[in-house]
Amino acid sequence: MTKRAQDGVEGLFARPRGAAVRRRMGVAALIVALVLALSLPFTMSGFRLFQFTQVLIYAIALLGLNMLTGYNGQFSLGHGAFYAIGAYTTAIMIDRWNIGYGWTIPVAGLLCLGTGFLFGRPALRLEGLYLALATFSLALAIPQILKYFEHWTGGSQGIVLSKPKAPFGLPLTEDQWLYFMTLAVTILLFILAWNLLRGRTGRAIVAIRDNHIAAEAMGINNALYKSVIFGVSAAYTGVAGALSALAIAFVAPDSFNVFLSITLLTGIVIGGFATISGAIYGALFIQFVPNWAQDISKAAPWAIFGVFLIVFMYVMPRGIAGFLQLLWIRLTASAVSREQGR
Amino acid sequence: MSLFTRFLALLLVSGLAGAGGAAAQTVVGVTPTEIKIGHTNPYSGPASAYGTIGKVITAYFKKVNDEGGVNGRKINFITYDDAYTPPKTVEMVRRLVEQDQVAFVFNTLGTPTNTAIHKYMNQQKVPHLFVATGATKWNDPKNFPWTMGWQPNYQAEGQIYAKYVLKNVPDAKVGILYQNDDYGKDYVKGFKDGLGDAAKKLVVSEQSYETTDPTIDSQILNLKGSGANVFFNVTIPKFAVQAIKKAHDIGWKPLHLLNSVSSSVGVVLRPAGLEASRDLLTTYYIQDPTDPQWKNLQGYKDWLAFMKKYYPEGNLEDAFNVYGYSVAQTLVHVLKQCGNDLSRENIMRQAASMKDLALPMLLPGIKINTSPTDFAPIEQEQLAKFDGERWVLFGEIYDASKK
Repeated sequence: MTKRAQDGVEGLFARPRGAAVRRRMGVAALIVALVLALSLPFTMSGFRLFQFTQVLIYAIALLGLNMLTGYNGQFSLGHGAFYAIGAYTTAIMIDRWNIGYGWTIPVAGLLCLGTGFLFGRPALRLEGLYLALATFSLALAIPQILKYFEHWTGGSQGIVLSKPKAPFGLPLTEDQWLYFMTLAVTILLFILAWNLLRGRTGRAIVAIRDNHIAAEAMGINNALYKSVIFGVSAAYTGVAGALSALAIAFVAPDSFNVFLSITLLTGIVIGGFATISGAIYGALFIQFVPNWAQDISKAAPWAIFGVFLIVFMYVMPRGIAGFLQLLWIRLTASAVSREQGR
Repeated sequence: MSLFTRFLALLLVSGLAGAGGAAAQTVVGVTPTEIKIGHTNPYSGPASAYGTIGKVITAYFKKVNDEGGVNGRKINFITYDDAYTPPKTVEMVRRLVEQDQVAFVFNTLGTPTNTAIHKYMNQQKVPHLFVATGATKWNDPKNFPWTMGWQPNYQAEGQIYAKYVLKNVPDAKVGILYQNDDYGKDYVKGFKDGLGDAAKKLVVSEQSYETTDPTIDSQILNLKGSGANVFFNVTIPKFAVQAIKKAHDIGWKPLHLLNSVSSSVGVVLRPAGLEASRDLLTTYYIQDPTDPQWKNLQGYKDWLAFMKKYYPEGNLEDAFNVYGYSVAQTLVHVLKQCGNDLSRENIMRQAASMKDLALPMLLPGIKINTSPTDFAPIEQEQLAKFDGERWVLFGEIYDASKK
């Protein structure tokens, strides 16, 4: 094994002595990404900015799903339902009760936390594919349930909202303000997720996925952790849904069909299973690749999309995040060896 | 000059150039040789049966371009898939308006999808022409002066049934079954408006259902019990089948008016039973390509030749292909009428001043009329009776806009 490759393997599984320099470079990369994210509103057209707002919204939803499916090993084909519940919570609160949109986002999150937790309890009895099917039923049912409560949801006609305007007389367009608000929520939720997943809780969650009997033997309350992570995951997705209702300024049952849930699952697999940054790559993928596919071929865009999927899976078996991590280790190897040489 | 100042200078210059362009009042999406038109349609997803409309429109504009375009300009038709999901429609329409810089948006399909962009189009002041949905709200020039429908809306159709009843059923007692949402209520409102003051006296029973109800049997029993001799059936296909069957099974034989939403022989009448469906009435405004009586007319022959040359994979029995052909012809008419002024204001003005436009594949006698206060292009329809095998047109052309 060459020195480099050895470094790479070590970089993955252990903390080599070069960890400090890698971390410094990682922080630098993060700052660059942040500056880039903050500069987008002043360099992009309204339409592009709207697309990137959607990317951030998807990223929140994907992070939520990845906590459940990637980290905890519970498969969900029904997260579109929580996305819908979040979106409708916001829409109904604004439309029926005239509540300020800012308040509706945490309420949507809390409501989904509760719903997710409650759904997580009975789902404890279901493993793997059976859980996937149970959650799939949720995704199938939600568009019809939304039509049933027509008095609240506006039935199949949905609810039309107004786009939020920038507060305090800030000189921002609606698109810019939405983007900044979404970015702030995204950053907050990513930091929270990072805190949750890197500590004791995170290790417990991963341990349950890897071997639930061993985890139980270690004194981890499997049932509690599994339902709590279900709730947290649903809450993230619900917040994403709430933001999407504001960004689109319209909700209708047709916005939350089964395909949404499948898209979200595609996003976490492509982005990188059980990674935090993977949520962003996955979001970029599900936002932009279908559009490119359509630009390439009008006749069979989904066939092209399928080809993209297969190529990504083949070239990057650990998702985009895994691929970039390997690339990162290679790129920083020289800096690390310089550090070690000193 | 440092890189930064150079960047600033570049920004300034491009900003000035942008301002200069705006001052010169260039018309968005229009050049001396081209006009850009935007469109969304569900080419994929559960509603992809409508996808053929986008394809037939694309084919028709190709034919127009082959023949030299409109007033010397070629039509650049940009159509995107929205899979019938409102968020995707919003994204794609914003792409059309802000990035592709189309002159206007045309025939976007679906009620929820168009609802999602309704406000946006009117805020941006971009024409949102001839949307492919039957809701009545597209005819609201006061509040939404940039949006216009095309096909007869539900209220107009309701009015036409009312006119028929007033004229032909002397002692009418009407029972109504309707879906409890905007679609159903639109029909009922149109019907009652059409009856006018007599509505209170003539309508003896109104029953509603939710799309989530398993059956509507009890509603049908109630309607029969009310002694109604006219049944206005405002239901989507699944419930229309049940209603026709149940009415037949319990031996209720009213004058049965079936909304055109559910007039498909294959989807509704055959499952309900062709014998049970005999003597149903519905409305038509467009020529059914399977109806033999049109086959020898020039309009049908031209359509057939067009289909064979420009859209050979299209289904010749699919009425959507007649729909797309006709709506595209309406647009070409408007563009011709615009002459050389293709500003958004003028496009809207011309769309709102169509006078007695007849199209080859609309029913003979049906004319398109609009005005600054009337954004409902087609308001005339003819009734058809089901003879146990197919719909047979009869009687005069009814006009919902005339009292």
